[in-house]
Amino acid sequence: MHSPLRNFLPRNNFSELLTALSDGGYRCLAPKVCDGAIVYKELPSQDTLSTGISIHQAPGSYRVEITDSARNFGWSNGPQGLKPLVFKSRETLWSVRRDTNGQMTFTESAAEPDPVAIIGVRSCDLAALALQDKHFLNNHNRDSHYQTRRASLFLVAVNCTHPSDTCFCASTGDGPTAQDGFDLLLDELDDGFVIRAGTEAGEKILETLPVDPVAPEQAEAISRQNQRARECQTRRLPSRNLEQALFENLEHPRWRTVAQRCLSCANCTSVCPTCFCYSEQDTGTLDFTRSEHVREWDSCFTQGHSYIHGLTIRADTKLRYRQWLTHKLGSWHSQYGRSGCVGCGRCISWCPVGIDITEEVTAIVSAET
Amino acid sequence: MSATKAKVAVHKFSSCDGCQLAFLNMGEDLLALFDQVDIIHFAEAGPLNREASVDISFVEGSLSTPEDIHRIKKIREKSRYVTTIGACATAGGLQALRNVAQQDDWIQSVYATPQYISSLDQVMPIHEQIAVDFELRGCPVNTRQITAVLRSLLNGVTPVNEQDKVCMECKRQHEVCAMVARGLPCMGPVTRAGCGALCPGVGRDCYGCYGSAENANTASLGGRFHLLRLNQNQVRHRFVSFNGADPVFASAGSMGTGKND
Ligand code: SF4
Ligand code: SF4
Ligand code: SF4
Ligand code: SF4
Ligand code: SF4
Repeated sequence: MHSPLRNFLPRNNFSELLTALSDGGYRCLAPKVCDGAIVYKELPSQDTLSTGISIHQAPGSYRVEITDSARNFGWSNGPQGLKPLVFKSRETLWSVRRDTNGQMTFTESAAEPDPVAIIGVRSCDLAALALQDKHFLNNHNRDSHYQTRRASLFLVAVNCTHPSDTCFCASTGDGPTAQDGFDLLLDELDDGFVIRAGTEAGEKILETLPVDPVAPEQAEAISRQNQRARECQTRRLPSRNLEQALFENLEHPRWRTVAQRCLSCANCTSVCPTCFCYSEQDTGTLDFTRSEHVREWDSCFTQGHSYIHGLTIRADTKLRYRQWLTHKLGSWHSQYGRSGCVGCGRCISWCPVGIDITEEVTAIVSAET
Repeated sequence: MSATKAKVAVHKFSSCDGCQLAFLNMGEDLLALFDQVDIIHFAEAGPLNREASVDISFVEGSLSTPEDIHRIKKIREKSRYVTTIGACATAGGLQALRNVAQQDDWIQSVYATPQYISSLDQVMPIHEQIAVDFELRGCPVNTRQITAVLRSLLNGVTPVNEQDKVCMECKRQHEVCAMVARGLPCMGPVTRAGCGALCPGVGRDCYGCYGSAENANTASLGGRFHLLRLNQNQVRHRFVSFNGADPVFASAGSMGTGKND
């Protein structure tokens, strides 16, 4: 249902898009290099996007290089996708006050609507957001905090032209070009952007932009670069559905060898754009008049995650790593109808010891042990 | 708790006094604290009554002299709950570094009249001499930890044992990983949470002052440090600094505590 390739926004008119978004009531978050990685930061009005960023990712390593390229999006991804914007790493769900008579008052805390446009969202992260929607917005149990923030998002996606060595979205079917889930989608060329809308909200913004028609050479250049982005990826998963294969290999010796390397540190689950586990606790004041019920990101790599009334079910790293992989690539199919991995490669780069999910699962489901 | 206020004591052994500041730095909460409890003994803050019976004793510092052992046993007898605060009381502290050195040589070279020095062969965390009800880690501990323990004990519930890794707090704050993005030898993946990832929050690597987390894979992290071009000695120093008597860090530094090698 997207409009065909007919709108070209010259590079020096890109600021018109930012202005239109801000006129539309959105604050803009745009990619910036910060502490050695790409993160979404508030883009002050009149400011321009960073150019020439190039990213080198490998297992356990992430490096930024600044080149003289005029392009804004010639890189893959940063340590976080959209997850922190919708599923907060720490937030108060409700609080309680006790007055001098001992009377208690409970108050639910609500997330505030905050229209925000994210510039430069990748296809893998759109797929991950769709998965988080399935989890947090399922019909039986909607998470109002997530829902409010989700409704506030305006997503300006961009098709990837420079996947990292760790990206394997082509193999999971979630990239490197976006199919849906965006409000606006950009294809970046040296001299500007081909832009199309995926929603009515996107269409409204697009209508206001000073666009030119797309030349046939431009359309060809785009299809060439998209194909290159797909073909340059070397990592892959052995199959799109590994549920049966993984559960048939619960005693594979590889679980033990990966556990010798794994730090059980939860960096992988924290950067994974689809992981949704959390824990809840209460923090109160010393005068016993107030307390807050807080939830925060948890992980299957912690002890508390499998603690049930005196028993820690997954006490060692082997069982914790196995839980992560068999859920992410296995039982997620039964739960949500697809794998929980969108191929973003973050768990590979941001693992302090460089454990590679594609390598581990390939070893575990391959015939020889 | 009951209508009468709980009695609290804060004791000090070999230490720098820094953990006691977690009380003094409470700000307005100090007033709430005084409403809830009677501070019976807290030399750094004023009240002196070492021998009194109390509900909760907080103990800072490690055991270094024969007299310390005698005193901590007394404290145990007089206290309903004993909570250790900080790296010294819980895992030896910096002074436990002498456990792996030639103590006599040091005493001879440091003191003009070494014959007056009476110290134990090994610096000991408190739990090596008495039963400890709860241990707080960190060099130093912070006010949030103290407040949480006080609230729990006053409410009659077991305090939460924070034992996850610093990485968990680091990621919740969206710090960019210093090890992955800048190659710094961060101790976060084996170190116990509680500080709120203070060091990664100011752009540096964790140096492990909270001691070992649960299920810490020191061998794998040590291997990673070698790949980051730390030599054997530098890797050992990462593990054994503030928590020399933490068995997990001590054996990772493969210099032992005399009991754990
Ligand atoms: S499992 Fe790894 S590659 Fe897959 S979505 Fe999560 S972080 Fe990305
Ligand atoms: S995984 Fe695919 S969509 Fe995601 S950043 Fe890499 S190339 Fe782009
Ligand atoms: S796989 Fe890597 S990131 Fe995940 S818990 Fe293990 S060491 Fe940490
Ligand atoms: S900077 Fe240190 S604490 Fe933070 S995620 Fe990296 S290894 Fe863990
Ligand atoms: S980050 Fe590490 S060294 Fe720094 S305060 Fe926390 S535990 Fe101590």
